[in-house]
Amino acid sequence: MNPFELLRGLWTTFLNFLEAPVTYQYPEIKRPVRERFRGRHELKRYDNGLEKCIGCALCAAACPADAIFVEAAENSDEARYSPGERYASTYEINMLRCIFCGFCEDACPTEAIVLEHNYELSYADRRSAIYTKDRLLVPVLEGGKLTPMKVEAGSFDRAVPEMKDPT
Amino acid sequence: MDIALLLEWTIKSLIILVVFVVLGAAYLTYFERRVLARFQVRIGPNRAGPLGLLQPIADTVKLIFKEDLIPAQADKVLFILAPVITVIPAMILLAVIPLGPEVAGIRLDLAADINVGVLYIMAVASIAVYGITIAGWSSANKYALMGGIRATAQMISYELALALAFVGPILLTDSPNPMSVNEIVQAQHGLWFVVLQPVGFLIYIMAAVAEINRAPFDMPEAEQELTAGYHTEYSGMKFALFYLAEYGKMLVVSFIGATLFLGGYWGPFVGRFPLLGPVYLLAKVLVLLYFIVWLRATFPRIRYDKLMAFGWKFMLPLAILNVMVTATVIVLVGG
Repeated sequence: MNPFELLRGLWTTFLNFLEAPVTYQYPEIKRPVRERFRGRHELKRYDNGLEKCIGCALCAAACPADAIFVEAAENSDEARYSPGERYASTYEINMLRCIFCGFCEDACPTEAIVLEHNYELSYADRRSAIYTKDRLLVPVLEGGKLTPMKVEAGSFDRAVPEMKDPT
Repeated sequence: MDIALLLEWTIKSLIILVVFVVLGAAYLTYFERRVLARFQVRIGPNRAGPLGLLQPIADTVKLIFKEDLIPAQADKVLFILAPVITVIPAMILLAVIPLGPEVAGIRLDLAADINVGVLYIMAVASIAVYGITIAGWSSANKYALMGGIRATAQMISYELALALAFVGPILLTDSPNPMSVNEIVQAQHGLWFVVLQPVGFLIYIMAAVAEINRAPFDMPEAEQELTAGYHTEYSGMKFALFYLAEYGKMLVVSFIGATLFLGGYWGPFVGRFPLLGPVYLLAKVLVLLYFIVWLRATFPRIRYDKLMAFGWKFMLPLAILNVMVTATVIVLVGG
């Protein structure tokens, strides 16, 4: 043990002591996440208010943690939820199982499910860890209508509409 | 005993024990967390109350309401006794430390005049080792036992150097009663003993840090090897007592260091305003506490065999040499 090296170590830590803390006061000040950050899922809507999800359950098939459960039901022109034949009557994600890999996002043919930037997922019991469809679905944009909506027959026959930037 | 004297002693003991040790140890955890946080370029606890000042109280309330577990295999009597044996010496050590000069006829100490003051410190500080050893033994847990054994070995090794570091101030105190802590403080009126005993002070600081099991000498509770060491099996208020003892000892060791080497309560204008005495003493104690936290922030834990080798092969010879040189110089110069 070289005493001068020990003193040098003390000096180094003392310099750190004089530095301003790098802490963010978290609940008040939040650091923005990256654009591609994978947080809580959201089920997206089209501009007119129809849900993008068509209940194909490809996300559930792609999910490595088996966290997604989808049940589909038939659309009709009187009660239309999404374009095409079917919509997701039940859509649940168990956030305790989800590993936020984003495979569901990749599997979705309509870009309905997107991992957004919300990372504040805490719950006091297991039941509230299951995010149901009404918690995942985004609100209707201005100008859109709530689902189910009554539409003109034959106007939304295609389940996968033409997308601007299909990947 | 006179009723008034009894009352005075009771009130003084309560103030010294409760205010200085219990509250002091509680707020020492806060002090350490804040200072250590700044060393790591963080802020530290600042949520509970203004500036986080209620954090120790919140911690205590939490610990009181924790479940109090006793392992099935544990030796119950010893298991319950161990935290008590550990915490009481830490509390009563302050009895011989003079906190300030006489203020309006009231002396700010409990028994600073007893003629075995320094011996009392040594003796009482050693008792705490029993608590730690018993805690490790009675837990019926191999990690706790190893922590307890390490604590015993380490404390015995470093106590020798600690005791020899005390000899310097005792030799330098030119008085018929040199072991009285009060006399030692009086003797430092003009010149602090740290000036005459720089080596002794260094030995004292190192041995004291080892004695209170703090980084870089925190072998008895080396997390990576022993989970938590001797208090692995303790929870709730018993664990809180160990914590209290640990921080209380840290506080007491700083008080002793400030008293024996840094001039105790002496400072400018103490003669005219005696109430400044405790303020100076607390300031010196804070400096020492800061230094102990600083050590923890800087140095990694020393390997166990190196720790023992350092204690026996370096600290002890150095301490003996220091005593011999001090004694020779005193004889040659004539005191």
